[in-house]
Amino acid sequence: MSTTILAPIVLCVLGIVFGIILAVASKVFAVEKDPREEAITECLPGANCGGCGYPGCGGYASAVVKGLAPVDACAPGGAELAKKIGAIMGVEVEEGARKVAQVMCTGGGHDKTRYDYVGLDSCLGISRVSSGPLQCSYGCLGGGDCVEACKFDAIHIVDGVAKVDEQACVACNACVTACPKNIIRIIPRNSKKYTEIPCASHDKGPVVRQACDNGCIGCKICVKACPKEGAITVENFLAKINYDICIGCGLCSRACPRKLITVDGVVLPPKPKKPAAPKAEAAPAAAPKAEAAPKAEAAPKAEEAPKAEAAPEAPKAE
Amino acid sequence: MESITSLLSIALGAVLVNNFVLSQFLGICPFMGVSKKVETALGMGMAVIFVMGVASAVNWPINQFLNSKGLGFMQTVTFILVIASLVQFVEMFLQKAMPSLYEALGVYLPLITTNCAVLGVTLQNAQKSYNFGESLTYGITGGVGFLLAIVLFASVRERMEFAKCPKCFEGFPIALVAASLISLAFMGFSGLKVW
Repeated sequence: MSTTILAPIVLCVLGIVFGIILAVASKVFAVEKDPREEAITECLPGANCGGCGYPGCGGYASAVVKGLAPVDACAPGGAELAKKIGAIMGVEVEEGARKVAQVMCTGGGHDKTRYDYVGLDSCLGISRVSSGPLQCSYGCLGGGDCVEACKFDAIHIVDGVAKVDEQACVACNACVTACPKNIIRIIPRNSKKYTEIPCASHDKGPVVRQACDNGCIGCKICVKACPKEGAITVENFLAKINYDICIGCGLCSRACPRKLITVDGVVLPPKPKKPAAPKAEAAPAAAPKAEAAPKAEAAPKAEEAPKAEAAPEAPKAE
Repeated sequence: MESITSLLSIALGAVLVNNFVLSQFLGICPFMGVSKKVETALGMGMAVIFVMGVASAVNWPINQFLNSKGLGFMQTVTFILVIASLVQFVEMFLQKAMPSLYEALGVYLPLITTNCAVLGVTLQNAQKSYNFGESLTYGITGGVGFLLAIVLFASVRERMEFAKCPKCFEGFPIALVAASLISLAFMGFSGLKVW
């Protein structure tokens, strides 16, 4: 037989033989994969953000199937996804609160600096130089490390301070780990009124007064104003909200002398001096009330007030 | 029967004198790719030993057959076919038997398919017309040489992670420089002989 014919024949025979061997081997050495794992991987967002603590979405899926991870650990997917995974795994899922990241700084002390910083444009770099130029050592440096870390475009530097876009935020924890100042945290964002104390300063009152326009001085006025015991506690000169207890009435926001506490992102105006008239005067009365308030109340806030006012009156009425 | 001496000299040559990576520059891809951690480098080296040994053993009779039919020119294409199927087989086997090693090797296990060291060892076996025992020895010890080189290199790279180095050299360039230095060091073995 001539080599021209023999060569392709030999190659074909070899190919067929190896093909058969491989086909047999794939049957013999077949690894059984849990079909649930694939199903879970498919409904996961696939961002591989690592917020669940597992290496990527695939790692989380296999951990869920093995029973190592809870079905609702995927923050980007939220409650909807938890339900889906629960259905695949045959587990009932409790409705958990939505969570968002919160930057615990309003930038009230942003123009109060100790020196002019010139150098690397990152929080990590800035914080290395005598822990940053701000007088307040707990303040947001505005270098944007969190913006870079965010995979969901949910955090931005606004007027030199990081601000979370609560609609886009999925509480994946990336900004929390990125922040060298440790002033970002994940908090439950309930559907009710959402009260915030955006300050991380544990400094004593006078120090905070010097370093910041509205930092928490630990005066405990909010604690006294709060109708629910334990909803606000002051520890080391910093007020903290316990979201399990807080009902979002906004009384602390009205009482805060530093105008720091916000309800749904707005500082409520202080209560009028005359005995409060809770129920009847809701939205319409709110605007004039805001105008009547001390001049510290800025104009745009007064415009926003009616919107914010309408709802907080309701719990008060009860 | 081949003498022990000739086998020893083949082994010594494959491991040190004519090291596949450092002297012959074969199998550079996994050598650079999987050498970030000693642990994975060790796994990769083991896989290469195994594949090279089996490839030598399987390709020897095939080579004899090709030569007997006067099809010597088909060596390269046939060997690649054999090696590719072999690696597929090894992959399936590892996935079943040693999932941890399978995951550690990751994408580099299929890369052994295109590892020129494996093709190189079988082609050299044919070129030097080794008999079966010699081929097997050359294959396995060639793999051992690869293991030695990649583990040495991985331990160097682990240290290099923490070394100061000019920005423009960071990462891959400095790794290549280090590889060449190790290769220079291995030149010290040239001329070594077993008699």
